Amino acid sequence: MIRRLHPDQPDSFAFSPENQKWAEAQLTKYPQGREASAIIPLLWRAQEQEGWLSRPAVEFVADMLNMAHIRALEVATFYFMFQLRPVGSAAHVQVCGTLSCMICGAEDLIDICKEKISPTPHTISNDGKLSWEEVECLGACTNAPMAQIGKDYYEDLSNERFEELIEEWRNGSAPSPGPQNGRFSVEPSVGLTSLLEGEGSGPSENKSVSLAKKFNDTIKKIDGTEVKVSVHWNKQ
Amino acid sequence: MLKDEDRIFTNIYGMHDRSLTGARARGHWGNTVDIIKKGRDWIVDEMKASGLRGRGGAGFPTGLKWSFMPKESDGRPAYLVVNADESEPGTCKDREIMRHDPHSLIEGCLIASFAMNANACYIYIRGEYIREREALQAAIDEAYEAGLIGKNASKSGWKFDLFLHHGAGAYICGEETALLESLEGKKGMPRMKPPFPAGAGLYGCPTTVNNVESIAVVPTILRRGADWFKNFGRENNAGTKLFAISGHVNHPCVVEEEMSIPFEELIEKHCGGIRGGWKNLKAVIPGGASVPCVRGENMREALMDFDYLRGELGSGLGTAAVIVMDQSTDIIKAIWRLSKFYKHESCGQCTPCREGTGWMMRVMERLVKGDANPSEIDMLLDVTKQVEGHTICALGDAAAWPIQGLIRNFRDEIEDRLKKQGSLQKLVAAQ
Repeated sequence: MIRRLHPDQPDSFAFSPENQKWAEAQLTKYPQGREASAIIPLLWRAQEQEGWLSRPAVEFVADMLNMAHIRALEVATFYFMFQLRPVGSAAHVQVCGTLSCMICGAEDLIDICKEKISPTPHTISNDGKLSWEEVECLGACTNAPMAQIGKDYYEDLSNERFEELIEEWRNGSAPSPGPQNGRFSVEPSVGLTSLLEGEGSGPSENKSVSLAKKFNDTIKKIDGTEVKVSVHWNKQ
Repeated sequence: MLKDEDRIFTNIYGMHDRSLTGARARGHWGNTVDIIKKGRDWIVDEMKASGLRGRGGAGFPTGLKWSFMPKESDGRPAYLVVNADESEPGTCKDREIMRHDPHSLIEGCLIASFAMNANACYIYIRGEYIREREALQAAIDEAYEAGLIGKNASKSGWKFDLFLHHGAGAYICGEETALLESLEGKKGMPRMKPPFPAGAGLYGCPTTVNNVESIAVVPTILRRGADWFKNFGRENNAGTKLFAISGHVNHPCVVEEEMSIPFEELIEKHCGGIRGGWKNLKAVIPGGASVPCVRGENMREALMDFDYLRGELGSGLGTAAVIVMDQSTDIIKAIWRLSKFYKHESCGQCTPCREGTGWMMRVMERLVKGDANPSEIDMLLDVTKQVEGHTICALGDAAAWPIQGLIRNFRDEIEDRLKKQGSLQKLVAAQ
């Protein structure tokens, strides 16, 4: 699959002050002279901030890491999570279409995207709010079918629930992610068959859902104020 | 069935306290310093004795892998890199460890790094696992704040730093040398071996790459003893294992069970049986997308371990990601979908894989429609053999095996479809 930069590019890019701080902290994870290692996390943060990855953003990150621009462009075009063209202003819907999800109904979800968002993937809906694509296995196979929106997984989807969710995302709201059928996480949906001790005494939702609720940033453009930067490793 | 007291992952569903306090109450971080004090050789020997085989798919003995690391540093640092790029279709077990039982992994990182003379460890988590990354980072922060890792990790005198790094959606980065390339800030293209990572891995330094589950089981094995772990499963297939069952079972789930558990028991006990009953079972992919599929009737009696699935059924345990398909499944289309996956994920470095995955997908596409000549089945098989074994990494093999499994097990179904579409008749008429 050929992935190229979008013909219409913004004039410039800069990290928000908090994101800049975060990015500089990332560099300290790697040995001196190996700062290039941080390129994926930094490009990803640039995309989280803007919604998609523009050429000025790639070049900004390359300069920050003392990399040749072409090396950074190679990385940006190689990894599929980097959106090289604008996406819907409210959300970009990523439906898992690989085997487990396919045999559990992902094709119906994709048809719904075609009908409700746009007939082709990577195309922004007429109202500018949404776009969609089919992605490869997202690693939540026992919760098939599922889709990722922003930071979160929406799992155990039915067609009806997915249609409702699309309308919610369109309106800029992100309902509680995780399993949409009342399941907690990856246990058998009718009840536990193992680890029975202390059942029901713990947290009321799985960790992913509780983090989504804590930060409330499922489809938010990330400016770095959401999750606090933690740097423990340089303490002497 | 495995008893709860013998389960290593006691909070895999995240229903209990997920914080450090909760992890401690469940036995993690109890006597880490005593384990470390027993020394490097003891740890490696105990791991060898436990019979643990790598949980990332290939099943290479973990203790043996560790022993390849240099005993004395030549001045270069050593690294442990944890492969958390869980992307094999069907596999969703490491995700649960990282978000719900993260301290098992963090403690394992410390002990394994110490055993390999590494003062630093990188965990490479797949980019899509964003909440899992936040959960794991929060747990790492907790461990730092409690002094369990850091300058004097768990008061052992060992300096240990643990860094969380992430990818951006490339399946190939699950291959260990591609992962290292990616971690160095490059495209995830696998390296030629040798040199093996234990000689020259991350930044050219001695490196061991282990799967999340392989590392997360280490503290419990060392605490309870190699004999305890070895007690589960058949000879050469020791231990307990996280199984992830997806597809057409009544209740798909992730569950820790004893290795070598019969497939029927696994499905009946934890998944509420096959959707529509055992007669409705068509095919099973027992170890993630890369292993050949098995016909349902051969699967019922199967033992879920490395040697049985490979030896008796020509398939594999892989990551123990079990994809179950009932009679409603179009098995040709199912395998086509995997071909599409591999075509999408080929890094493009080696010609047989870059071109071959596309060829295989396009022929599969026509087989799904029945728009092919029967002789093309053998041609396709031939193409798979020409890709297999002719590439730097195993992605070429992984793309070939599902198709070989399909032709071996369901050739009649492909031929029927071609016949139905009239291709055969056309051929006869043309002659």
